[in-house]
Amino acid sequence: MLDLIAANKRRTVLLIAAFVLLTVGVGAALGFLVGNGVLGTLVALGVAAVMAFGSYWKADSIALAVSRAVPADPETYKRLHNLVEGLCIASGLPKPRIYIVVDPAPNAFATGRNPKHAAIAVTTGLLEKMNRVELEGVIAHELAHIRNYDILVATIAVTLVGTIVLISEVVIRLMWWNGGRVRREGDRDNGANPLALVGFLLLLLAPLFARLMKAAISRRRETLADVSACQMTRYPPGLLSALEKLRDDSTVTHSATSATAHLWIEEPLSGVRDQGRLGWLHRLYATHPPIEERIALVREL
Amino acid sequence: MIALLIVLIVLALLVIWVIVAYNGLIRKRNRVDNAWSQIDVQLKRRLDLIPNLVETVKGYAAHERQTLEAVINARNAALAAPSSPVAQEQADNLLTGALRQLFALSEQYPDLKANQNFLALQEELTATEGRVAYARQYYNDSVLAFNTAIETFPNVVFARMLSFTKRDYFEAEEAAKQPPQVKF
Repeated sequence: MLDLIAANKRRTVLLIAAFVLLTVGVGAALGFLVGNGVLGTLVALGVAAVMAFGSYWKADSIALAVSRAVPADPETYKRLHNLVEGLCIASGLPKPRIYIVVDPAPNAFATGRNPKHAAIAVTTGLLEKMNRVELEGVIAHELAHIRNYDILVATIAVTLVGTIVLISEVVIRLMWWNGGRVRREGDRDNGANPLALVGFLLLLLAPLFARLMKAAISRRRETLADVSACQMTRYPPGLLSALEKLRDDSTVTHSATSATAHLWIEEPLSGVRDQGRLGWLHRLYATHPPIEERIALVREL
Repeated sequence: MIALLIVLIVLALLVIWVIVAYNGLIRKRNRVDNAWSQIDVQLKRRLDLIPNLVETVKGYAAHERQTLEAVINARNAALAAPSSPVAQEQADNLLTGALRQLFALSEQYPDLKANQNFLALQEELTATEGRVAYARQYYNDSVLAFNTAIETFPNVVFARMLSFTKRDYFEAEEAAKQPPQVKF
């Protein structure tokens, strides 16, 4: 199990490295086409970073408010609090704040910039439909997200997407306003340069690749959280049974939005389980691996 | 001149490495100690819950004296047990067995089974047993991390010099590996 975790972390690093390379490539394309690539890239990175890290800092309150979560009373939700405390002892984490989301669909999410400022929310549907070991498995999955700093990873990914999108949009508009010519008056005419075309294509496609990469990172971290959860509880059948119940349950979570989709344990956006002609496209954008895959992985543990 | 500078830089890097590695080992060792005392905290918590449980059960099943007394005796034995891990574990196992008897008892008394107090206590005890298990698991994980840190290169070079010694894992004794008997 520990090597699976290590492998997953390695893959995340590779994905983020690829992401950074793409950003550098976009920056270079910008530089080539507009004349001052480095400054442009840095500005875009700076703006995206400020936005992303600003929201990261307040990640817990934002996510909770958007989902309309209420704090879980320790007396009414004794079992929930007990399970969280037990798992915090097992993982050495401080106990996060616990919230309830009133929603018949079984689901749960974790948020917070580091283990000390973390929060977990579960839906009332989850509490009704899961038994003790299954609930424990789900909570372990959420705590694993907190322990692996997945919110930070997601924020980095979002920053890079933002940077790439910003650069691409700015350059394309610049080129549009200049009537296709992007060099200032007085430069030597380089109209027949083929690299310009490559740069342009990169700028057009980069936002798409960036979003796909962000989704890929999110899927990696989900798998990592599944494996970490089983390591925490030392009881894979709990999470396995919970995942099977989630698969068989067809209620849609209404409290999720596309912005918070990656935080929940089960993919809350409808359309991702489509088998139709665009099903593969939906799956590329999925923030979670297909649930059958997750079940197969946990079964092997 | 250059040679001297290089030697100084290398020495400085060495010193920094030793400091960083040493701090890491101290942190890991402290975690092991903390994890060990955590186990005791949870065990004590379990012992504290028992008198309340016995009182609640007495209200409904007073004539089941044998079972109730077994629980109380097991608790007192656990409190009085000497600190050696073997003795502690045997007392612990005895207590678990007695508690299982008690909960099996509740099957015969539907009123007791429905009593909110009893249910709450049952939940607390189950949760506390879970916490004890997790505390032991965390202790073992910390020991693993610490032992690995002092045995791998390059820390192994100075670990023994600075008196970092291997810690033992928490292992279930042979007696504890048998499941507790539940007799009706």
